[in-house]
Amino acid sequence: MTVTRYEVVASVEQLSDRAAGQVAAGARLADLFGTARDGGLLLTAQLAGPASLATVAAMLPPWQLSYPALTPRVGAAFWYEREIHDLFGVEPAGHPRLEPLVLPASGGQLPRPGAAGGPAVIDPDPGVLPRHTIGPGLFTIPHGPVRSGVTESIEYLVETPGEDIPHLNMRLFYKHRGIEKRFEGMHPADGVLLAERVEGVASVAHGLAYCQALEALADTAVPWRAALIRTLHAELERIACHLDVMIRLADGAGLAVATARFGWHKERVLRLTGQLSGSRFGRGVAVPGGVGREPGLPPADLLTAVGVLDRELTADVRLLLGTASFLDRLRRTGPLPPARAAQHGALGPVGRASGTADDARESRPYAAYQALGLAVSARDDGDALARLEVRADEIGASFHLLRQAADELAEAGHGPLRADWQVADGRTVSWAEAPHGELLYDLRIEDGVITRCRVRPASFHNLVLMHEVFAGDILTDFPFIEASFGLPVAGAAR
Amino acid sequence: MWALRGLRNGVLTTRWPASPDAYTAATRGAVTVLPGPAADTIDGTEASALCPAGAIRAGLAGTVRVDQGGCIMCGRCVTARPDVFGWSAGPGSPSLSRQGLVVPAAETAESLAEVTSRLRARTRALRRSVHLRHVDAGSDGSEEWEIMALLNPVYDIHRLGMFFTASPRHADILLVTGAGARGMAEPLRETYQAMPDPKVVIAVGTDAVTGGLARGSYATSGGIGGILPVDVWLPGSPPSPFAILSALLLAVDRLPGQRAATAAGHGVAGDPR
Repeated sequence: MTVTRYEVVASVEQLSDRAAGQVAAGARLADLFGTARDGGLLLTAQLAGPASLATVAAMLPPWQLSYPALTPRVGAAFWYEREIHDLFGVEPAGHPRLEPLVLPASGGQLPRPGAAGGPAVIDPDPGVLPRHTIGPGLFTIPHGPVRSGVTESIEYLVETPGEDIPHLNMRLFYKHRGIEKRFEGMHPADGVLLAERVEGVASVAHGLAYCQALEALADTAVPWRAALIRTLHAELERIACHLDVMIRLADGAGLAVATARFGWHKERVLRLTGQLSGSRFGRGVAVPGGVGREPGLPPADLLTAVGVLDRELTADVRLLLGTASFLDRLRRTGPLPPARAAQHGALGPVGRASGTADDARESRPYAAYQALGLAVSARDDGDALARLEVRADEIGASFHLLRQAADELAEAGHGPLRADWQVADGRTVSWAEAPHGELLYDLRIEDGVITRCRVRPASFHNLVLMHEVFAGDILTDFPFIEASFGLPVAGAAR
Repeated sequence: MWALRGLRNGVLTTRWPASPDAYTAATRGAVTVLPGPAADTIDGTEASALCPAGAIRAGLAGTVRVDQGGCIMCGRCVTARPDVFGWSAGPGSPSLSRQGLVVPAAETAESLAEVTSRLRARTRALRRSVHLRHVDAGSDGSEEWEIMALLNPVYDIHRLGMFFTASPRHADILLVTGAGARGMAEPLRETYQAMPDPKVVIAVGTDAVTGGLARGSYATSGGIGGILPVDVWLPGSPPSPFAILSALLLAVDRLPGQRAATAAGHGVAGDPR
């Protein structure tokens, strides 16, 4: 059983000491965020250890507009403190690079999630962003926000003397949607619909993490069959997301047949998800207390479909991992050293390819994972190839989980899919291992409505690491590195 | 050997729209109001309680209308009132007018006919070969997957003479996804202006049409309609690849049964042409 602790300490300085101390003792900073409250700004840090999650909070009184930054002590706070600065206007004093990240604003009101009401409109002002290069002889290639191909909007400012990429800058604000603020005032049962749309390609993981928060608050136990169905969909989603990465990598290398084959497999996974749930993205699967409906396929047919997919897909994955011209593009490309990954607490396949084997399905199990067998795959090379190999392993593991879950579902026979659930006030944290890595929700419900919903997708935590992986890589490696990270911008920009 | 692997499973490509595809009926379209007297029993309070996205409105005359452009396809209304609401089957319901997404239709046949003929005149030159450009204006990421799917061997839009292009200067059709994030308004306008005439804009998905659940946020503009002149409105959260395909074909007047479908789907009597 996972231990979660919530503690409010007396001052932000104490919060900072506590976070730095725990990180030094081996925990990782999983989230740092603000909540506007009556008494000021409540800063909250999530510190994850093996099988535990400690939440430490401290109130910054309203007359204090700055606090000593955590980033110099805990590097992983780098983007989190910039986000806090964007959304609340308080200044983390001593932050090494306090530029706008998710919302460059030129004066006026700020969103201040958690506060009642808020501005109707905030127009981002890119003019406040500095454009600078880090050295002489460098020029900047603005790559985005409208890029070639069908991609999400983000701007990469590539600083280069011609071939190498000594420095990269990322601008997330283009597709910032103010999602966290949008949750506020919603009925908790409606919130799951918005949660599914934070990262549309990981709808199941988001729906699950969100519903688990509601269920934890109300002390609702989800029926066993519902837990199995949730697991089924979560694993189908993982396969689809990993296939998407393979498509982008194969496409980048010009492997037309491989691109087509993986495109076909992914289409079949989405169709299977649609057949089971009514939505190609598994929307509506997770509802507070259980799942929305009976799967559209009996377990025996599901097993057959999974078997066919597994056989055909695995053969293609094996061929891909044996295509030398393709592997040459990935080997030693975009390396993330294990020490750096551990220091940052890198999540998901990116972390696992660099030796950080934390997987919430194993370390803090939810849904039906406790009862199912799962082998967590990890590599130490940390390059784009290792990230691909981890994903290939995870597809295999997902098929194994799908079979187990379908078998269990057949044995479970009939029974309720949804426990009786009532809205309960309170604050809690919940998690799921999304295809892109650990996903955290910190949810606060007061008087039956959502007053703060903090979403921390793996994409926000991991994307910052793209700054550091261009050692010796050149411009043509960029698409491979980006695809091998495989992070949805929608979640990072929220 | 990838070359041999490519032959392993034969032809996987759909023949739609030349011949029917069973999967178009298997995917959910938007919610529609079923004919019958039960629709009159829903009042304004129930209508707003039924729909978390605010897409159901009870009219003054006691008539319930669904704005498919705001429908996020959660299905709550269908579960709660199966006597009034149902899923529309088929490859989605793109419309040439924003009002055309409100069912049952309040629009007159004349105005739709006018829009149709205007677009038809504009896109006459595009019918055989069309180049597409996509811009994400604050999507949740799923719309991009469904647009990307058009390139897989199952949908393979190259067979229809449609190609994605990297530069807006080569593009005829602009596919826009997302709720109209304010940060994307300027890049979106610039992309549109860089396209040569004639050009067509398709709002892909409920988010692009009305903002969906992201409507009302400080950071979105409630769809892209306020940023660009939209020609084709395609609801769906996200719309399926077949729905996107039908919107593309509608834009260039190549959707078979277009006139019939328009008439049936929107309750417009007669041939709008």
